[in-house]
Amino acid sequence: MPSLAGQDSPKKNILLSFLPELERFVLLIALDAAVGWFVYKLASLGYYPFAVAILLLAIVVNIVLLVRKAYPLRWMIVGLVLMGLFVIYPIIFTVWVSFTNYGEGHLVTHEQAITQILKIKYLPESGKAYSWTAYKSPQGDYALWLVDTQGNGYLAKVGQPLNQPQPGESGLGELDANGIPVTIEGYKKLNAIQAATDKNLTEILFGEAGKTIQIRSPKEAAELLPLYTYDPVRDVMIDLEVGTVYQNIRGTFSSPSGVTLKPGFIATINFNNFRDFFASSALRGPLLEVTAWNFGFAFFSLLLNFGLGLAIAVLFNDKSFPLKKLIRSLLLIPYTVPALITILIWRGMLNSDLGVISRAMDSLFGWSPPWFTDAWWARIAILLVNLWLSYPYFMLICSGALQSINEDYYGAAQVDGASRWQQFRYITLPLLLIAVGPLLVASFTFNFNNFNLIYIFNAGGPPIAGTPTPAGHTDILISYVYNLAFSGSRGFNYGFASAITIVIFFIVGAITLFQFRYTRMWEEVSKNV
Amino acid sequence: MSNSLSLQKLRTSVKVQRKIGIGLRMVIALILIIFSVFPVIWMISASLNPTGSLATQTLIPKKAGFENYRELLNSTEFPFWRWMGNSIKISTITSVGALSITTIAAYAFSRFRFRGRVTMLKGLLLINAFPGLLALVATFLMISQLGDIFPGFGLNTHASLILVYLGGAMGINIWLMKGFLDSIPRDIDESAMVEGASDWQIFTKLILPLLRPILIVIFILSYIGTYGDFVLARVLLKSTDQYTLMVGLQIFTGAQFSQRWGVFAAGALMGALPIMIIYLALQDQIVGGLTQGAVKG
Repeated sequence: MPSLAGQDSPKKNILLSFLPELERFVLLIALDAAVGWFVYKLASLGYYPFAVAILLLAIVVNIVLLVRKAYPLRWMIVGLVLMGLFVIYPIIFTVWVSFTNYGEGHLVTHEQAITQILKIKYLPESGKAYSWTAYKSPQGDYALWLVDTQGNGYLAKVGQPLNQPQPGESGLGELDANGIPVTIEGYKKLNAIQAATDKNLTEILFGEAGKTIQIRSPKEAAELLPLYTYDPVRDVMIDLEVGTVYQNIRGTFSSPSGVTLKPGFIATINFNNFRDFFASSALRGPLLEVTAWNFGFAFFSLLLNFGLGLAIAVLFNDKSFPLKKLIRSLLLIPYTVPALITILIWRGMLNSDLGVISRAMDSLFGWSPPWFTDAWWARIAILLVNLWLSYPYFMLICSGALQSINEDYYGAAQVDGASRWQQFRYITLPLLLIAVGPLLVASFTFNFNNFNLIYIFNAGGPPIAGTPTPAGHTDILISYVYNLAFSGSRGFNYGFASAITIVIFFIVGAITLFQFRYTRMWEEVSKNV
Repeated sequence: MSNSLSLQKLRTSVKVQRKIGIGLRMVIALILIIFSVFPVIWMISASLNPTGSLATQTLIPKKAGFENYRELLNSTEFPFWRWMGNSIKISTITSVGALSITTIAAYAFSRFRFRGRVTMLKGLLLINAFPGLLALVATFLMISQLGDIFPGFGLNTHASLILVYLGGAMGINIWLMKGFLDSIPRDIDESAMVEGASDWQIFTKLILPLLRPILIVIFILSYIGTYGDFVLARVLLKSTDQYTLMVGLQIFTGAQFSQRWGVFAAGALMGALPIMIIYLALQDQIVGGLTQGAVKG
């Protein structure tokens, strides 16, 4: 059969094919201009990785729309752009973040942190302290009347040197008993409450540059100097008061004695997050437990869910079985309810004092399991809920696969005198596993990251005591990552969370590749292509 | 003579055995059905229990009534219709968008031959083997940055949520769709091409109508998946009036689970019912789609 994509077949640009060539070209230029503006905005906000991603995608779009050979890709350009933006870019970004210290205390860039640290001021030995009174003009300008320890009065405005005017000069009104002018022309005196609640006041630097006066407390204003200076050559902060040198260590300026300056900033810290994951003894305890339970949970879920689903499929794989259709519909019900709702319902039913199952067990046996507070009972409860959620799925795929097995095999086996069990063990099971194998692997990887169940049922609880990062006895890696990144109760750490994410990537990826390699799926895929 | 007698005995004993077998399996079926249906019955019963608390609930409520439903629909802290509306809006737009992206792309994969086609198809499968949940932190940061420039696509907007969902549209469903397209003979396209029809015309006028069954399956699976999604919506949506039903239900249970159990059950039931009906009504089609490789989740 000749290929339809032969070079001579009539082709239309499917995107905007209703427009003539020229207009399409103009539109593309307009689109590029919009993207250019967007990239510029992103870059000016400091979001460089995002800007680069948009730029690369824009180039791809231009190539696809302009190069004739890329014609088939025009059919999927929207999907590809969205995938690039919302699937591939986050993956790449996660890889980058995993090599940084991004997280609480390290949210700003290097330059932003330096700017903030340079704003910190101190009162030098020689610096003068004053008591102050504030005045505000209708335009929102401020003036301060300062009185030093000798009782001399000074007028301070922004950007002007201090002066010592007498009443009548510079619009000064009469002085009151404390030597404070009652009025200043063009300004209104603020009383103590107004001054204390004015948010701008403490931010303003009065007086000329280099000799600025700032309010430090309700009683005192003082001549302040910047505490730190930055040395860009050595990338260090130097304390001007005592001369301490703060080195840049993993995104924090730290003194030799371990004192650190805030804020810290985002810095590349190489493989430190990964080293923490594999080697840090503080994290090791919860991580080992979390990882072990993660594998155990995925494995036992698969075993139980597949086991029950298969058993039902085999038991009722009988065309003449009465009410077969009705039974299937009823057994399908757990699968039809949105998972979140069923998990919440189970949470209510298992509730330790009030839930129906606990109450029933209490009245029958005088005891009910602590489903939420004991590590092992919580795990059992999760497996039970997952069984309820998933066995109908396996029931469906197994009965589908059973029906596709050729009846002749069984006839031949019966002639050879094989028992029912032998028929199941040597015919049904192997053939079934070939058919549903890829789905089993997919189900394992799905459960490996089954965040919904873990998080909604008990939020990973009960908590493991005394861990450096929040972790629970039923946490799996992905819910542990979620806590690290979003819960913030003990400080969120995007960098470390991303590093664990990468580790999960490799685990899931390895399983997927294994699936492609050792099951029929890959060949089937290749054949169909 | 004795031979045929024992044969008859054997036959009756086989018949008896078969009857016992069916009876035994019926008992097993009954136990399984109770296990399957009980939580749903319990949910219905809770929603009709006027005292509305977890502790006082009995399987058959003493004075069944619709108080919980009334309270649910009049509640301001539980704006049920608002959340349901958000869920329907987001699921509908996402499913239509995903379906369009999937179908058009699958058509190109099925009908055109180009370099890198096989690699791309396999790549799609590999990329989708990585659950998007893992890149949650990056997605969150990206959306918050996007919102600094376009507030309409930032955090706490439905648009951002839909875009992220659509990012995952190029996935396993393309394989499903492409398999279906491959089974449509190409003679149809070729004769149309001889008549001078463009690719786009062939696709929309000839092929699309033939795809109806698979379009319905993919639409429903995508709709149910989006409707039931929780994590992404939980992370991206911040304010009560923007929540989807699933996020709203989960947050509602966090605060006052056991006292307001009845109201919660009423909301959960009304939220679950549309999906349950779709599933049970179309179970044969959906099962067909599922067994071809799409996994729930």
